[in-house]
Amino acid sequence: MPDSLNERKERIAKFKKTILNKDDSARSVDIPEGLFVKCEACGNAVYQRVLDQNDGICPNCGYHFKIGARRRIALIVDPGTFFERDAGIASVNPLGMPDYDEKLLAGAKASGMPEAFLSGTAKIAGRPVAIGVLDSAFMMGSMGSAVGEKVTRLIEAATVQRLPLILFSASGGARMQEGILSLMQMAKTSGALSRFRDAGLLYISVLTNPTTGGVAASFASLGDINIAEKSSLIGFAGPRVIKQTIRQELPEGFQTEQFQLKHGAVDLVASRKEMRVLIARLLQFHPEVRA
Amino acid sequence: MNAERPNAAWEKVKLARHPKRPTALALIARLFPDFIELHGDRAFGDDPAVIGGIASFDGRPVTVIAQEKGTNTDDKIHRNFGMPHPEGYRKALRLMLQAERFHRPIVTIIDTPGAYPGIGAEERGQASAIATNLREMMSIKTPVVVIVLGEGGSGGALGIGVGDRVAMFENATYSILSPEGFAAILYKDAEQAPAAASLMKLTAADLFTLHVVDEVMPEGPGLHEDPSTGFVAVQGYLSRALVALSCLPVDRLLSERYIKFRAIGAIVDGENGRSTDENQN
Repeated sequence: MPDSLNERKERIAKFKKTILNKDDSARSVDIPEGLFVKCEACGNAVYQRVLDQNDGICPNCGYHFKIGARRRIALIVDPGTFFERDAGIASVNPLGMPDYDEKLLAGAKASGMPEAFLSGTAKIAGRPVAIGVLDSAFMMGSMGSAVGEKVTRLIEAATVQRLPLILFSASGGARMQEGILSLMQMAKTSGALSRFRDAGLLYISVLTNPTTGGVAASFASLGDINIAEKSSLIGFAGPRVIKQTIRQELPEGFQTEQFQLKHGAVDLVASRKEMRVLIARLLQFHPEVRA
Repeated sequence: MNAERPNAAWEKVKLARHPKRPTALALIARLFPDFIELHGDRAFGDDPAVIGGIASFDGRPVTVIAQEKGTNTDDKIHRNFGMPHPEGYRKALRLMLQAERFHRPIVTIIDTPGAYPGIGAEERGQASAIATNLREMMSIKTPVVVIVLGEGGSGGALGIGVGDRVAMFENATYSILSPEGFAAILYKDAEQAPAAASLMKLTAADLFTLHVVDEVMPEGPGLHEDPSTGFVAVQGYLSRALVALSCLPVDRLLSERYIKFRAIGAIVDGENGRSTDENQN
């Protein structure tokens, strides 16, 4: 469905608010006490229960709300097959950045996870895979040392175990509180993918809302197959930064999933409802590689 | 914190951006007098913010890739102030793969505020261009030496910054985003950039401590005053690095490059009950 200008504006405003960490409603899908939630795209009030039953998709306009990493895993893998790995890895505050420790605690509380990335092995339609998911409720899914380490360990494990790799990205980019160490996680994760590729294995990257900055400019863009989920902001620089730089209005539909499809950055766009079957079908085209 | 108060990190930021600081072309003229520039990404165009070509160094051919900010107003506009577009990263990769094919070592020179945040850059896949370079540079089968000359601006710098050795000039900076951008987020005020700079660990000395760079090259009075000390230092460094790297078998070169970046970061691993600083491997 084409984006109206208003939808687009609201989404950009939403993205800004979330980046500035002022708004917790990105988690609205998972707030049990809220009876209604306002759709950020069409503005209609949606029953929370209806939204939950609809995989976080607005029943009125089809807008895909953000969902957490555990919810995502549940929507994609065969029930009872997910085994988490590297669950003990968490961030420290290596540069002694003010307020970072508090932000880590708040992120853990908002997401129910010790870090922004959940990873493990699972089966999809019976096929063993290595799977990892970023959770935008944890500090905008930003990549610091812990996320970079977990992503890298997952890629390395998939390489050794000869498993297809599936990564769901939802991230504002590299985590600024860890400075240059976060930046270097881009090289670390991308470098691990070079070895993974050389092993002849399949990597499916799913870019969800939002995928920008240092995550877009590293592992999220490097899939053998890149899938963009509907209702996603995807790009290198954030809309605010681009607007400030070029000092003009951004074109309608800029950095949406359809924009990325049109400009050749992703192979296909899929709704959340069809994602599991799509991934299963793509896996079928890639025979298992024996260890 | 008081934004007016000078601090050491902010002084470095100002020196790294100093209008009289030599740009990449000046360094190339000094280190590689027989440099022949090669243009274009073979797909879209030629990005003037990224220079690439072939030269000789210590009597053997090398490929040189650099970010060029420009020297006067017209030139700076032409060079887009050293902010590359995707075609710049793709040109760099094309020339690096060419170097690999002809067994030439690669020297990259970083000096950029960052990859350009614009509409065309997004349309042509800035994220994908940088990501691809990160992956390919990790596996390119020839030595890669990275020199940070002035500003190392975020992913835009890293896009030509994965190598076997990373050396920084004393007054250069390398950071995840500009101090102004950092301050805008942390303090909601870009004017607090000096305070942000002091928190960010962006100086050459900081990055040496964090194992992100291998060598800090002295500048004497500063490259903006008199580049001779710094240029002698970089010449010597490059000479030693290329000799050392050229002796290594390719598989060892690649595994050491991988480990170098693999080891960067600071985490706690609760499962194994250990806390690690950098170099946890």
